[in-house]
Amino acid sequence: MSDSQPKIRLRGICKSFGKKVVLDGVDLDVATGESIVIIGGSGTGKSVTIKCIQGLLNPDSGTIEIDGQNVVGIDAGERARINTQIGMLFQAAALFDSLPVWENVVFGLLAQKAISRRDARDLAVEKLALVGLGSQLIDLSPADLSGGMQKRVGLARAIAADPAIMIFDEPTTGLDPITADVINDLIVAVNRKIGATAVTITHDMQSAKKIGNRIAMLFGGKIIWAGRPEDIENSGNPYVDQFIHGRTDGPIRMAVRA
Amino acid sequence: MNFLQTIGRVFLVFLATAGRLTLFTLEGLSHCVRGPFYPRIIFRQMIEIGYYSLPVVGLTAVFAGMVLALQSYTGFSRFSAEGAIANVVVLSITRELGPVLAGLMVAGRIGAAMAAEIGTMRVTEQIDALTTLSTNPMKYLVAPRLIAGLTMLPFLVFIADIIGVFGGYLVAVYKLGFNASNYLQNTWNFLEAGDVVSGLVKASAFGFIVTLMGCYHGYNSKGGAQGVGMATTNAVVSASILILCFDYILTEMFFAK
Repeated sequence: MSDSQPKIRLRGICKSFGKKVVLDGVDLDVATGESIVIIGGSGTGKSVTIKCIQGLLNPDSGTIEIDGQNVVGIDAGERARINTQIGMLFQAAALFDSLPVWENVVFGLLAQKAISRRDARDLAVEKLALVGLGSQLIDLSPADLSGGMQKRVGLARAIAADPAIMIFDEPTTGLDPITADVINDLIVAVNRKIGATAVTITHDMQSAKKIGNRIAMLFGGKIIWAGRPEDIENSGNPYVDQFIHGRTDGPIRMAVRA
Repeated sequence: MNFLQTIGRVFLVFLATAGRLTLFTLEGLSHCVRGPFYPRIIFRQMIEIGYYSLPVVGLTAVFAGMVLALQSYTGFSRFSAEGAIANVVVLSITRELGPVLAGLMVAGRIGAAMAAEIGTMRVTEQIDALTTLSTNPMKYLVAPRLIAGLTMLPFLVFIADIIGVFGGYLVAVYKLGFNASNYLQNTWNFLEAGDVVSGLVKASAFGFIVTLMGCYHGYNSKGGAQGVGMATTNAVVSASILILCFDYILTEMFFAK
């Protein structure tokens, strides 16, 4: 892999659902080790973008390269192999109700038979410690945990296999400001520790500024601005200005009224 | 014109649904015979279907056998044919009522639970999470349930057959005054292996239908709680209708001369 080759490269990604065009030519490069945050209003296609990267949705057109390999339309076995190097934290954690916390954390490794159950339990304790949870929780059901704890378990599951790429789907949504900040700190610490390339989507500007090395804004199915977090206040882009200050007046009229 | 459009639209929706269901069935079956397998989950589903359904299926069978004996007696006594009650009970239970009633009971208990569980997993992104963890949801969620349904319904129906015949025996001997040994002798003499085997084959088919419908509707559920509720209803209704349809088709195959 050459130095100039990004870890993730999106070119001309288009995705529609029926007549509704969600993505209309998204171009984005994410360098190795970079943490990029994609911001944008509800329904602008942030989730669709990360689902395309993760292989949960197939774009109608365009290419998605991971380490230079186009992953659009590849067979399921190859996709599963690529997914082993991607960890994802879902918006509502998406923990498996039927399994205890420790099996949730090491689910991917157990399913691939990459580890014995005894070793997996020890590894789960180790990963939970990384996200600030004690070993007394490992036999609990996810339903017994608070929302913040579920997010932490979800984060532990995402990092269990030491992935090269991390994807965070609105990691602080639904959390109180203090817990949200704890999750932000954990994400930064975990990314630094495992050296992963991270893609985060969020509405939360505090979270975006804290997690990201770079912020990109999605609007109208395209990336309309990308830059450093410290530059976003002076982006000179009226759409970005309106969004980050949460104003109802501005060019994003349809989205506000919808 | 609107009427024709409506008919056409309904027909197209039916064809699309049939196509999706066929693809889902074929994919599910292919994962039943291709590894990797998840023996723990298969075992858990077998216990859920085979063991925990025993009380409801057993109760249904015993009362079905009792009612059958009573009704046969009231009808057959008009023709002085009371002696045929044992034959009617055992043939009805093993060929028809055992598999059909067990299938319908399991559709209500297991099909609904499967649709609700998988549907909830769909709407809470747990199925997406499986994919991101390099685990094929069809292999992890659907195949173990299909295998458990295929194998455990015959077991349940075999037990139901015995309990159903016992129900008929109870009524015939203790209420209608039949001789116990004669009743059992008649039951045994008229029962053929083919009667039991046809019922068990039906049971296997019904087990497949129930689990398939539960998985299909749960897997394709949309929206939130309402979507899961609709998936659950659709799973039970479609499984029940298909059980009755396939009961006729299989009966034609086994017994039509």
